[in-house]
Amino acid sequence: MNENNIILKAENIHKSYKIGASKLKVLKGVDLELKKGEFAAVTGASGSGKSTLLHILGTLDKPDDGTVIFNGQQLFASSDKYLNNFRNKKVGFVFQFYHLLDELNVLENIYLPVMASKSIFGWFAVKKQARNKALELLSMFGLEDRAKHKPYQLSGGERQRVAIARALINDPPLLLADEPTGNLDSQTGNGIMDVLEKLNTQANQTILLVTHDKNIAKRAERVIKLKNGKIDNTKG
Amino acid sequence: MFKRRITYLSILSVSLCVFMAVVVITVMTGLLVDFKEKNHNYAGDCIISTDSLVGFPYYQQFLESISKETFIEAASPVIKSYAILSYQGSYSNTNVEIMGIDPASFSKVTNFADTLYYHKNQPAAAFEPSYDTQLPGCVLGIDLALSRDQFGKYSHSDFAPMAAFEITSFPLTPKGAPARAGLGLVSNKTFYYSDDSHSGLAKVDGSVVYLPFDHAQQLCGMSGQNKRVTAIHIKIKDNSDLDSAAQKLQYLWNDFKASKKDLPYASLLNNVKVQTWKQFRRASIAAVETEQIMMILSFIFIALISIFIVFVVFYMIVSHKRKDIGILKSIGISKINIISIFLLFAFFVGLLSSLIGTVGGIIFLGKINPLESWLYEHFGFQLWNRMVYAIDLIPNKIEIEVIFVIALAAILACLSGSAIPAYQAAKMQPAESLQVNQL
Repeated sequence: MNENNIILKAENIHKSYKIGASKLKVLKGVDLELKKGEFAAVTGASGSGKSTLLHILGTLDKPDDGTVIFNGQQLFASSDKYLNNFRNKKVGFVFQFYHLLDELNVLENIYLPVMASKSIFGWFAVKKQARNKALELLSMFGLEDRAKHKPYQLSGGERQRVAIARALINDPPLLLADEPTGNLDSQTGNGIMDVLEKLNTQANQTILLVTHDKNIAKRAERVIKLKNGKIDNTKG
Repeated sequence: MFKRRITYLSILSVSLCVFMAVVVITVMTGLLVDFKEKNHNYAGDCIISTDSLVGFPYYQQFLESISKETFIEAASPVIKSYAILSYQGSYSNTNVEIMGIDPASFSKVTNFADTLYYHKNQPAAAFEPSYDTQLPGCVLGIDLALSRDQFGKYSHSDFAPMAAFEITSFPLTPKGAPARAGLGLVSNKTFYYSDDSHSGLAKVDGSVVYLPFDHAQQLCGMSGQNKRVTAIHIKIKDNSDLDSAAQKLQYLWNDFKASKKDLPYASLLNNVKVQTWKQFRRASIAAVETEQIMMILSFIFIALISIFIVFVVFYMIVSHKRKDIGILKSIGISKINIISIFLLFAFFVGLLSSLIGTVGGIIFLGKINPLESWLYEHFGFQLWNRMVYAIDLIPNKIEIEVIFVIALAAILACLSGSAIPAYQAAKMQPAESLQVNQL
């Protein structure tokens, strides 16, 4: 595989959790590569470490051992400032439980990452631009009439589309989705997958998705299977 | 965060702490300031005095020598002793403290004139009963003459009523022996009520009888060849510093004492002390100052409890915000920004609470006296029984400095109470705070 074409590379990732006096080893040396523009799905049984792997790849959690390289930069050897910037601009997260802020309306939730990256004055300079971009994304996901609604006033599918819009507001090269359909019925879940597929095919968005659902995983270009804390089978 | 109910509960709890501090500190400080002021009004700025009932001689020469000093505005000699006051026409009597004063000069060094009822504007005539100015008058401490009603008021008649009192004292020789040994030991003299004095000090108003200086000197055996007094009250000029004035007087007194060392009874000058009014009235003020220290200690505990309450409230807010912190960190917000968000929030909670508590406290203090009267009239409740305590109104003078310190303390309490939870929130791994540690 051409190194220049690799956006994300994980080498020998280990992670364990303390449960009382004992240690539960979740990841036991995971190696993974993701190409630019690829749509891959990580699948495995419940407790196999899928979400843990995704969190480590997105720097939401730290591995006990191993390296994660994003566009040639070792993430866990970088400064906090670099990691904050990475989470803000280079990666977008979509979670199973949406994780929207209930106090903010849909539009505010979407442009929150832009707000987070600016100082007060910087924010006022780009607010209009960010707002227009958020409205554009809302329109793209068919939610233009929901801009002023609060997250709890939306359906599960709508909330997940808002969460995807938030993840895309800063045009990140990588989208990480943790069970994005796990909390939705199959029809709504398929709708979300349509959105992700469209993003991948039309905008060449790199996507790494975690799911336990084989039917959902089948829609990805490549399925990565986790078993006993290791990659079991890679299928293109 | 301002949309959460717990935020309003935290604002309410901090506001109540601020309100309580504003009200209690204002009232207690007011009481202390008022009490100190009354004690100062009762005495001169500096007092040269002896505890001995024999007194000390040569006071006239000393008065003459200090009259040239530029830092002294006025001075007045005083005789203080103990006596029995008998109400003529009845068998009742009581022990009293007698103070022999020249009302004109004494009013220049104290606010004696302001304490009078019938002679407020003419203190020089304080010992002239309005019903017969030729009779020897006396000024009674107000509680010896009248009773307070439940609102703390005294009812005076339009003119001083005629009433005679016999004062019995025990005159002493310069050596401290009974002056009238073999002659019945005591001195008696009848005085007529000319006025009363309301100093606001319960002990003074309930036990002091003011007598004309010459009469008191005679009654106490201090007249004669070497006239004696027990004190000289001195008022210093407004621009003079109290402590340095007392120090200068001490030097002057030392020189004076040295110049008289070979004269008869010069040893009596050795017992004389030079004091500021604070030192002179220390026995009275000390008790209230102790109360103030206790109050400050109580408030330190209250402040600590308030900080703990704020800490708990913020800990709960942060716990409730765990997921939101995870979300914010997942979109790249830094630790410093997370801490800043919580500290800014704490600052606004403190500021808003200070504002609410202070405004509430000021409004309450403005209405505290009418409120107390209303409570007394309708429910018989009174914070201080005016028949017992020598206060007229509950002090409610707002001190801007006190308000400022309380508000600042509340804001600091909020900031310190939120600092640890804010730091803990910032320290959490995003995955941990999102509680999505699915394996």
